[in-house]
Amino acid sequence: MKPAPFSYARARSLPEALAMLGADAQSLPLAGGQSLAPMLNLRMTICESLVDIGAIAELLVASETNDHVTIGAAVTHAMIEDGSVPDPAHGMMRRAAQKIAYRAIRCHGTIGGSVAMADPAADWPCILLALDAIALVAGASGERRVPLDRLLVGTYETSLQQGEIIRAFEIPKLPPDARATTCKINRKTGAFADSIVTAVHNGQKSRVVLGAAGPRARILENASMSMAKNINGAALDQAISTDIAGMLPEDDAYLKHLHATNVKRAINEVMTP
Amino acid sequence: MTMVNLTINDKKVTCDIEDRTNLADFLRDTCNLTATHLGCEHGACGACGVLVDGTLTRSCLKFAVQCDARHVTTLEGLDQDAVMNALREGFHHEHGLQCGFCTPGMLMAARDLLLRHPNPDEQDIREALAGNLCRCTGYAGIVRAVARASKRLSDSKIKSGG
Ligand SMILES: Cc1cc2nc3c(=O)[nH]c(=O)nc-3n(C[C@H](O)[C@H](O)[C@H](O)COP(=O)(O)OP(=O)(O)OC[C@H]3O[C@@H](n4cnc5c(N)ncnc54)[C@H](O)[C@@H]3O)c2cc1C
Ligand code: FES
Ligand code: FES
Repeated sequence: MKPAPFSYARARSLPEALAMLGADAQSLPLAGGQSLAPMLNLRMTICESLVDIGAIAELLVASETNDHVTIGAAVTHAMIEDGSVPDPAHGMMRRAAQKIAYRAIRCHGTIGGSVAMADPAADWPCILLALDAIALVAGASGERRVPLDRLLVGTYETSLQQGEIIRAFEIPKLPPDARATTCKINRKTGAFADSIVTAVHNGQKSRVVLGAAGPRARILENASMSMAKNINGAALDQAISTDIAGMLPEDDAYLKHLHATNVKRAINEVMTP
Repeated sequence: MTMVNLTINDKKVTCDIEDRTNLADFLRDTCNLTATHLGCEHGACGACGVLVDGTLTRSCLKFAVQCDARHVTTLEGLDQDAVMNALREGFHHEHGLQCGFCTPGMLMAARDLLLRHPNPDEQDIREALAGNLCRCTGYAGIVRAVARASKRLSDSKIKSGG
């Protein structure tokens, strides 16, 4: 199908983009267009004007300090896959990027667009939540820092206000002894996940996050606590099923089993030396 | 309507187009370049693959206005390309097509793979083509065609000392 008519303009800088979005309440930012264009083509989204933010240099930079990496919102999945930006998670982001969609889509789709889209099954929301990322959100009245847990709200829903733009993500670097993995189950290479889990483990801190179960990715609190205490076996299984039951909107035996298998796989990968 | 200036297969094109026109329709309907096919129009089938500034792109997910001042290359623009010619020979020899609807997109994705990964194994080829759907061949011939092209290209490099 073809999209309904809209007007398009390319912004050259972040202030220009914010001004353009501020001037028109019916406008949306366009980054890679790899989610927005299909939604417009299928007429699932109607938008009167698109402000292209994909070529804004400020959104394309990445930098690192001793303790964190900052990745611009318009950095593409392919740039992460190719190692063109620093990886705060010992290569885990790079490996995960390879599994997102297909190369043609990875070359255009961006990390910021993926989080702003907030598809419940998307990869970056799950991964960035597990890594404790903070979104740096630019708006008319300046910039605010929003932890991923407060940015993600529900299915295709974030706490971003109309006219706001994610400028970048600030992601703490994992300590040298930390282990991290992302396990994705999908029935076809490149498709959205049926289940996606990111697990991070080091001496002090453990965290496991599940996506594609319920409206948004969530930290599995009981399972994370069990990991930190090195609990395994039946007690860990119990913690995992309690967490999963709390996330799934319905009591579906297949989905419970699928997610539990994936969570155990991820935990096993980071806990076994 | 917006006036765009872009380069398509090394030719400058200037045109007044509707903002909502996708690049694939622009190439086919305005530029008469019909190698680029449209299957799904939402990023799933890969038939619309082109290069924008050398980068593999779904032309159903780019609006032509986004390509203002950029270089677009379609299959028609790769007549003299060594990798594409090896792939064409491979598809011919290994029965890599039946109806040919998916073929332009397959060729674009396969060329992108061979440029990034000169010696792919079967798994690499299958993964790189996972975003290109074929309703006819069952894929086996396509996978063999790409393997054959990659072998031919590396043999010719060895022979020419490159
Ligand atoms: C066939 C197919 C398969 C896919 N498979 C996967 C997959 O397996 N896993 C996965 O995670 N994704 C997948 N995707 C989605 C892909 O990763 C998209 O690139 C991504 O979801 C959106 O990024 P984008 O830059 O293209 O955003 P766009 O499509 O440009 O925008 C998406 C939304 O975010 C908003 N937006 C964009 N950037 C910003 C910003 N900086 N600040 C505020 N709002 C912003 C836009 O207004 C829009 O509402 C797939 C897509 C397709 C077409
Ligand atoms: S027509 Fe573009 S991917 Fe199917
Ligand atoms: S040859 Fe017919 S769709 Fe591939």
